[in-house]
Amino acid sequence: MAITAFSGSAVAVEAAPRRRSRIALVLLLPGILYLVLFFVVPLVSLIITSLESQTAPGSGVYQYGFNVQNYSDSIVQYLPQILRSFLYAILATVFALLFSYPLAYFIGVKARRWPLLQSFMLILVIAPFFISFLLRTLAWKTILADEGPVVGTLKALSLLGPQGHITGEPIAVVFGLTYNFIPFMCLPLYTTLERLDVRYLEASTDLYASGWSTFRRVTIPLSLPGIVSGTLLTFIPAAGDYVNASQEFLGGSSSAMIGNVIQSNFLVQSNYPAAAALSIVLMAIILIIVSVYVRRSGTDDLL
Amino acid sequence: MSTQEALALGLATTAKPTPAPRRRIGLGTWLLPTYSVMALVFLLIPIVYTIVFSFNISGKSNIAWNGFTFANWTNVCDQQDVCAAFGASLLIGSISTVSATILGTMIAIALVRYRFRFRAITSLLIFLPMATPEVVIGAGLAAQFLSAGVPKGIGTIILAHTMFCLSFVVVTVKARVASLDPALEEAGRDLYGSPRQVFLRITFPLLLPGILAAALLSFSLSFDDFIITYFNAGTVQTFPTYIYISATRGIPAQANVIASAVFFIAIAIVVISQVAAQSRRKRLGKTP
Amino acid sequence: MAGGFFAESGADLELKDIHKRFPGFTAIEDLSLTIPAGSFFALLGPSGCGKTTTLRLVAGLEEPTSGQVLIGGKDVTSTKPFQRPVNTVFQSYALFPHMTVLENVAFGLKRRKITDPIGKAHEALRLVELDHLATRKPQQLSGGQQQRVALARAVVNRPALLLLDEPLGALDLKLRRQMQLELKTIQNEVGLTFVHVTHDQEEAMTMADTVAVMNKGRIEQLGSPEDLYELPKTAFVANFLGQSNLFTGEVASSTSTSISVEVGGRKVVVPKARAQVHEGTVTIGVRPEKLTLLAAEPTAESGTNIIGPGRVVDVSFSGVSTQYVVEVPGVGAVVVFAQNMSFGPVVQLGAQAWATWTVDHGFGLSDHPEALTTDADA
Repeated sequence: MAITAFSGSAVAVEAAPRRRSRIALVLLLPGILYLVLFFVVPLVSLIITSLESQTAPGSGVYQYGFNVQNYSDSIVQYLPQILRSFLYAILATVFALLFSYPLAYFIGVKARRWPLLQSFMLILVIAPFFISFLLRTLAWKTILADEGPVVGTLKALSLLGPQGHITGEPIAVVFGLTYNFIPFMCLPLYTTLERLDVRYLEASTDLYASGWSTFRRVTIPLSLPGIVSGTLLTFIPAAGDYVNASQEFLGGSSSAMIGNVIQSNFLVQSNYPAAAALSIVLMAIILIIVSVYVRRSGTDDLL
Repeated sequence: MSTQEALALGLATTAKPTPAPRRRIGLGTWLLPTYSVMALVFLLIPIVYTIVFSFNISGKSNIAWNGFTFANWTNVCDQQDVCAAFGASLLIGSISTVSATILGTMIAIALVRYRFRFRAITSLLIFLPMATPEVVIGAGLAAQFLSAGVPKGIGTIILAHTMFCLSFVVVTVKARVASLDPALEEAGRDLYGSPRQVFLRITFPLLLPGILAAALLSFSLSFDDFIITYFNAGTVQTFPTYIYISATRGIPAQANVIASAVFFIAIAIVVISQVAAQSRRKRLGKTP
Repeated sequence: MAGGFFAESGADLELKDIHKRFPGFTAIEDLSLTIPAGSFFALLGPSGCGKTTTLRLVAGLEEPTSGQVLIGGKDVTSTKPFQRPVNTVFQSYALFPHMTVLENVAFGLKRRKITDPIGKAHEALRLVELDHLATRKPQQLSGGQQQRVALARAVVNRPALLLLDEPLGALDLKLRRQMQLELKTIQNEVGLTFVHVTHDQEEAMTMADTVAVMNKGRIEQLGSPEDLYELPKTAFVANFLGQSNLFTGEVASSTSTSISVEVGGRKVVVPKARAQVHEGTVTIGVRPEKLTLLAAEPTAESGTNIIGPGRVVDVSFSGVSTQYVVEVPGVGAVVVFAQNMSFGPVVQLGAQAWATWTVDHGFGLSDHPEALTTDADA
């Protein structure tokens, strides 16, 4: 239905630009149709699925019924996982930002006079993209394992009790999320900082600003677009991730996130309505957070 | 995985030199460089680990170090599952890349070059898949395939991958189209080029670097995707789903071999394109 | 297709009742214009006046909302750019970055399947003295060289009409002057019709046989550079082409050959032949270099107009001449350019002064300066 609406009204455009719109239509239509068919329609069928109810209790067969109770049931049942997801995602985003900003600043601003060094460091930042993130996460699992070097060192330094673990604990999940999304934070930061005109900083020091206030009042505002897109690129996938939190990777029984719940409801328990309802909830919360965040930071033009 | 891979590849080929700062500004001359080096080392730890363990003498699981060997590299396909999964990933990556690149390039050209109604909603439709968590996309597609009665397999994976690569292609190519001076195409038409000739001889060659970057990005997104794939794979195993499933019983060293090889190839492509861009810049002397 | 035509000489360009509306604004309003074959024609105007749109309509890059474009008497209004015997030198040159200089120049010839495109391209490059750089890429050339390649790329096709869209805008002043001369020479050599769009009045006046001044989508005045300068018909032309002193007042009396206008308590006479309006409120003007500045009140005589007394509020020396600004009560600021024939200013800052000019140098406009009408409204 969305398709006919689109083509129907596009032809009804006034005389002059008509010919051009026809070319535009030919260029757009296949891709847009594809997105409608495999993005919009799936979201709709997700909504429909989320309102289904079982034909008979325990039958495992679902049919459509305006069953809003799926939402209240799954939110009540999985509230800890939902809250945990957003808490972990926020923590990971903040840590990734704190980790990445100085690094991106060094590569983008300080390393400018050595273009080769700059390119080399940039390649190292994006290097993790080129190796399976599941394997990287598993590598951390081994490194952080109970018999691994990190736990051993921490125990020797008495920073961790003799019964202490890292893997399976929330800290490992947040660590994994942070690590995996650092490049997503670092790159947008780098792109804005790389374009930062140093003369602004010089003008600021010229106008009696100290190093810190120059950073706070000039550098940070000028790199805000990078900060916003970096945090979004970290926060959105982190909130929906279930690899880091799954028990085969860095998580444990008390660290499951909403992604894990959706995954197990859908693929293991075949409780499609619950998985669908949780997906819609997740997406709705993310869209609300993102639109408020983007509007408040005044950087609507992200794309 | 997300937008920034696009950026990454775009950057690797188009990073422009900006005038060097004339003097250092605060924060200590050694603190920041030291931190940066340590941060990069930290980022590389699991990569080095993965590569090193591709040379491990290992049995079923590849966790403890038993000694150095090249055997895993020479007998990659001893582990048939690994090789089959890798082949599936290559196939899926190639087909999704081609289709997403074609569809996405068309949209990108239309978005920059034409005014039409529904522009805003089209942009939103491009943006939303990138702002949607992968679980939601995966579950949505799976729900759709389920209700439509489409059996899961290679086909559904390709359909899904084309979908999420599409937006990234649009964003990458759009930047290139936007930086293309429309006067160049006008000059082509003015110099007696028919619309087809103008496209083939001017527009397309000038967009090609952007299109290639988008294709490379698509491939790496598709190749490394796990979450969406897992929801729509059925019994088919791609390289990431193979690793996920094998994680409990132990991953054979051959998986590390494949991951390492892909890593080296990708890095080589990036380095070569970087060096080529640099030498082109040098040859041209002062750029416009 | 364009067919293998090669224009032997330039062709007439005729625009008939052209209107061009874009969503939200009108770029060209009722434009009619004939440019004779072989002439060097300049469209002069501030940015946004519609001159580039006019050029793009002729090139076929835009379609008029209504009206006709005729080249050599043939209606080409609805033909595509690649079907028109017209070539453009673009403002940004638009040289194809992925082709060499030679490939750029040969591009149009190859599309039209003209024999020996490479030989002809070399010939065109020799014309602009750049044949030795034929294998370079455009980015490796300087701005002036790129401009000449763009010219060669257009001229090589022997178009009936060559359109130049501010082609010198990106060059520095010295190179600009040099290129102006070269362009003029090349036009003489090839004998094509040149239509040159520019916002630089000096450039338009040095190069063109005929200049059309455009403002807000219409042509304000069209004529030879001398005519436009000596006898501007509207306030816009009077101020856009050089500087003018404009005075508005009532026509107090008129004879068969002149009108007399009341300005600041004095009568200023303008020949009727040089005035567009002969009664009511009129705006008259005179160029600053036509004025003579005097420290003592001159005696009134026929054939001369006097303004003053006023106070000299600014004196600025600019080498060849000195510019004085005299504030005359009831009239406003009067600008005078005086040749530096002797050392030191003729009149000191703060002194009382009178300005006089020969009646034949004045002109009367058909409209009033915008500032005045808005003042009156306020």
